[in-house]
Amino acid sequence: MRFLSYLIEGIRLGSVYSIIALGYTMVYGIAKMLNFAHGDVIMVGGFVVFTVMSIWGQSPILAVIAAVIVCTLLGVTIERIAYRPLRKATSLAVLITAIGVSYLLQNLALLIFGANIKSFTSVFNLEPIRLAEGEISISGETVVTIIACIVIMIGLTTFIKRSKTGRAMIAVSEDKDAAVLMGVNVNKTIATTFAIGSALAAVASVLQFSSIPSISATSGAMPGIKAFIAAVFGGIGSIPGAMIGGILLGVIEILGRRYISMELSDAIVFLILILVLLVKPTGILGKKYHEKV
Amino acid sequence: MADYIRKISKNTRSNLITVGTIILIYLACQVLIGAGMMSFLMKGLLMQFCYYGMLAISLNLTVGILGELSLGHAGFMCIGAFTGAFFSKCMINVIQNTFIRFSLALLVGALSAAVFGVIIGVVVLRVRGDYLAIVTLAFGEIVKNVLNALHIGIDSDGFHAAMGAGKLELKEGGTMIIDGAQGIIGIPRNSTFTISVIFLILTYIIISNLVNSRSGRAIMAIRDNRIAAESVGIDVTKFKILAFTISATFAGLAGVIYAHNINTLESSKFGYNMSIMILVFVVLGGIGNIRGSMISAVILTLLPEYLRFLKNYRMLIYAIVLIVMMIFNWSPACIKWRKEHSIKDAAFRLAKKVFKARKEA
Repeated sequence: MRFLSYLIEGIRLGSVYSIIALGYTMVYGIAKMLNFAHGDVIMVGGFVVFTVMSIWGQSPILAVIAAVIVCTLLGVTIERIAYRPLRKATSLAVLITAIGVSYLLQNLALLIFGANIKSFTSVFNLEPIRLAEGEISISGETVVTIIACIVIMIGLTTFIKRSKTGRAMIAVSEDKDAAVLMGVNVNKTIATTFAIGSALAAVASVLQFSSIPSISATSGAMPGIKAFIAAVFGGIGSIPGAMIGGILLGVIEILGRRYISMELSDAIVFLILILVLLVKPTGILGKKYHEKV
Repeated sequence: MADYIRKISKNTRSNLITVGTIILIYLACQVLIGAGMMSFLMKGLLMQFCYYGMLAISLNLTVGILGELSLGHAGFMCIGAFTGAFFSKCMINVIQNTFIRFSLALLVGALSAAVFGVIIGVVVLRVRGDYLAIVTLAFGEIVKNVLNALHIGIDSDGFHAAMGAGKLELKEGGTMIIDGAQGIIGIPRNSTFTISVIFLILTYIIISNLVNSRSGRAIMAIRDNRIAAESVGIDVTKFKILAFTISATFAGLAGVIYAHNINTLESSKFGYNMSIMILVFVVLGGIGNIRGSMISAVILTLLPEYLRFLKNYRMLIYAIVLIVMMIFNWSPACIKWRKEHSIKDAAFRLAKKVFKARKEA
């Protein structure tokens, strides 16, 4: 019974990782860059919710909508100002710029909200579900997170497969130059990808901070790195891969924390990642790497 | 004499110039310290310049020369720092001679980092590009995490080790050497500015000679085209592991020097942020440019200190400087603008004009 409740806890954490990992994986697939600032967009989303709900005293729904709007705008702005000028530069230069953006967001948050950890009021006001005569208790946040994850997964896959913008995204990720010849606006497509990724980050921030429930300027960094690892775990660039990677990572982390060691749970997650990559160098669902001579 | 200088290869000459400059700066610093004209802050920074310089040079070997992105360089440094400091703490009463003890500590730290360099080097052969970046990042986090949970103590029965806080039971009179998140406390402060400068020069000479040697050319050939390199008979496995191991060894050495410069060694310092910081040194100094790594390590260590008057805005400005510098350095539009507005070109055009005018006259 205890195992089951740990498993559910793991799936909750994994769902959050999956939603964040989608942002990483889409951006990587299309712009071929590691967006290290993505974790900090989550933090910004959390602070928007915090401001609207706890400081201005508005309703949770308004707070979530505000977070999604702010994060989307933020993602597009970052792409326009920091990444677009470097579209043709070496990937290392873009990586360092992304790190610069990450520092910038963290320090802005530090300036505005201070270094103290703030307590975060949960957005959801739901009764926990009790199963098996009260032995398993699933919190409202967990239920909402898992449902949100499934909905996002289905929605995003449909969007990418069916809509014109989605197909443009696939085209750009396969071959940028050929996509241009087919009349796809590459800059617009990449901006859309950033917008979607950042909006998902806002959703993830609401889910994550509601269940912790606290927030500080650096609390986006670790979920960001974990989600990034989840994206790689599942095969970066692949949307179902991000989902599988995220959930596996969450489950492994929670089970490792409960059964092996509290302090070593992160080390276990990372060790498994290395082992998986040794066996499958491009992740679980990653495309095979073909080398042309 | 002039004839002799001409005979020295170009590489040796440039090495001599660099080493000479470092020694001159070192002497100037010593004079300033002797005259009491150096602030306390600056004195503290001098050591940092050296070990950050070493880290930047050694990372440049993997990132610039081998062409593999590593985000876990702090992990190697951490291993070096902890094994070196552990050795010093254990041997503090056994080996009384500071010189011998510290030399052995440096050796132990460098060797243990090298062992992990080999292990990661083997992984490098399997995984490539951004995936490798993640593997190295994961490696750095594992090292940090494990050392954060590791407790090692000594009592009359010998050494005891345990993972996790409060699990280690020592007999009376036993002492804790590595105390989990608290790390190692009371490391003898053996590393001095002079030692650090000597090791910085050593690192520079060894790595720049490696780059200009047969092995270095082989490593660069692998970077530029692995398949072509393989087809002309370069042993990719050997050279990749070689580059990774040497890079790790020097990071370990820098770690030992770092550990013997501070009182408390905590594993939390060696997180992903430290690796990123070293990577920023390398990228801003010029990927593959060893001298550049050293210079940018010094400048980027100084910059946050000199921005202290900005108080809370300090790191914000640092981040903006970083972004602007990257865009200015790498954006195609900026490169074009720089070419059009470069001082060198303007001077050249002016000289041409003057020359033409004189000819006409």
